[in-house]
Amino acid sequence: MTDPGRHGSILGVGERRAIVVGLGVLAWLVALLWIFPVAWTVFTSFKTEQDASAQTLHQGLSFGRYRDVANSTAGTLSLQAAFTNSFVVVVVSTLIVLLLAIPAAYALAIHPIVKWRDVLFFFISTKFLPIVASIFPIYVYAEKWNLIGTRQVLIILYIAINLPLAIWMIRSFFREVPRELIEAAEIDGTSLVNQLRQVILPLTAPGIAATALLCLIFAWNEYFYALQLNFANASTMPQWVVSNVSTRGNFLAKLSAASIIACLPVVIAGWAAQKRMIRGLSMGALK
Amino acid sequence: MSASAVDVAPTRGKTGDPYSSAWRRRLPLLPALVFVIVITQLPFIVSIYYSFTNLKDKTQSLIPEPTRFVGIDNYRQIFSDPFFRQAMWTSVKMTVLAVGLSLLFGTVFALLLDRKFVGRGLVRTLLITPFLLMPVVAALIWKQQMFSSLFGILNKGLNFLGFNSIAFISDHPLASIVTVLVWQWTPFMMLIVLAGLQSQPTDILEAANVDGATSFGVFRQLTFPHLRPYLELGALLGSIYIVQAFDAIDVMTGGGPGSTNVPYYVYQESIGGGFRYGAASAYAIVVVVFSIIIATLALRLLSSLFKDEDRA
Repeated sequence: MTDPGRHGSILGVGERRAIVVGLGVLAWLVALLWIFPVAWTVFTSFKTEQDASAQTLHQGLSFGRYRDVANSTAGTLSLQAAFTNSFVVVVVSTLIVLLLAIPAAYALAIHPIVKWRDVLFFFISTKFLPIVASIFPIYVYAEKWNLIGTRQVLIILYIAINLPLAIWMIRSFFREVPRELIEAAEIDGTSLVNQLRQVILPLTAPGIAATALLCLIFAWNEYFYALQLNFANASTMPQWVVSNVSTRGNFLAKLSAASIIACLPVVIAGWAAQKRMIRGLSMGALK
Repeated sequence: MSASAVDVAPTRGKTGDPYSSAWRRRLPLLPALVFVIVITQLPFIVSIYYSFTNLKDKTQSLIPEPTRFVGIDNYRQIFSDPFFRQAMWTSVKMTVLAVGLSLLFGTVFALLLDRKFVGRGLVRTLLITPFLLMPVVAALIWKQQMFSSLFGILNKGLNFLGFNSIAFISDHPLASIVTVLVWQWTPFMMLIVLAGLQSQPTDILEAANVDGATSFGVFRQLTFPHLRPYLELGALLGSIYIVQAFDAIDVMTGGGPGSTNVPYYVYQESIGGGFRYGAASAYAIVVVVFSIIIATLALRLLSSLFKDEDRA
């Protein structure tokens, strides 16, 4: 789809060099404006609490607040516990999403069932259901089956959140696989699993990685279900961040440090995979 | 669950075309389909049942009422509830503003990024960062660092320039929340539009340039029509997530007047403090019906996304 070697549009006729430079400068200004709140939070996270609240810088910068929030046992939720919970929930749910979405995408793209269009619409339409419309029954049954405050309930719900998007994207990647390769594999009598493993998955790996990344981002950042169903031992990182908002005493620097810690894994993953995400969105979206 | 389904498919019926049977085609789809139906549709059906009862949390009321059927009372009540109407209106404003503005900014940013300049990769990296943040963190950053009248940098800046402080969140709750949503979703729209721009065949653009077309002419006649499905896709995906906005509202205003959207209102009426589960379920059902109507219209509008040929 996208050629990584391609560099922007060609200089249009009548475009002068000044305009080109000006647009480059504008892009930089826009980027600095957009990153400013994040940059300011990073800056605040290295300050002392007094400096942070006053938005001054008298006492220098240090990693002190990071140490504070990492070791704090204020409340019941430690960084270590929240991180472990998030990590397990996010990784397990994303793996299961892929495990369910890949065969489903196969049935919608390679050898499509008759009503593949309707099924695809159905999957997407579930994303339109307001979460609040189903949270109460889920709460009642989770309580009945002793799932409140467990990782399992979040894993199940995060699979449901991400599965429609994953099926939609992976299906479109599968459609890109040349027909002849699949037919050749079929003539050889290759089983479905081997077809996937030997032909389809190697060709669509970048797209599947982009899909997995989006699932990871949405699951890692999810707050509503985690807040409603998981307030006790299985709290995740978003709740840990919020637990650093204090009603007494200054908390701005500590909150900033906690925010940076909580967001860093996903931000780094997103930075590393940005080109792949653009590719994934273009193919995943429209083919 | 899924592994077994995958294994079963090819082993049956070694003779003839192994994909002739409709069920063999359906089998790999079933685990995902069953999962989604069980997790998303069954609770919804239970909600429908609750919506015809006066179910309340027993521990929350002084005189517990026995749960009984109330017919369509809950539904009748909805249309006389001014707060619900207000929440609907807030939802519409919030979604349209946030999706529209982030699409606009996202397109402009993508056009800026689709040309050569020093540090292009770094600019793109900086711009996508807000989308990767937790919505809770994004809301906290804006609330505490930017908008706050106590520590907020915006008011410090206003004061420095000689202006009075503005109580951003309490005086302009909707605008504050939309700001955060636009800040987070613009990068997402930018990525989608950028994907569209980069999939544009270069030879046509070159030909247009050789023919002496102006940049604006090229954009209007070639680029924009090519981008259209990408813009529609961005609008669709953006609306799906933004119409459900919860985190930003919870963190920034806790649902004050003017910032309570429908999901937050239903939340407040049920597990968020109202504990009127029967009534709240009725609200939720009405919301779902509206969502389905809007989604159907949206999907029909966007059917260009699916006009690709059937592969048999």
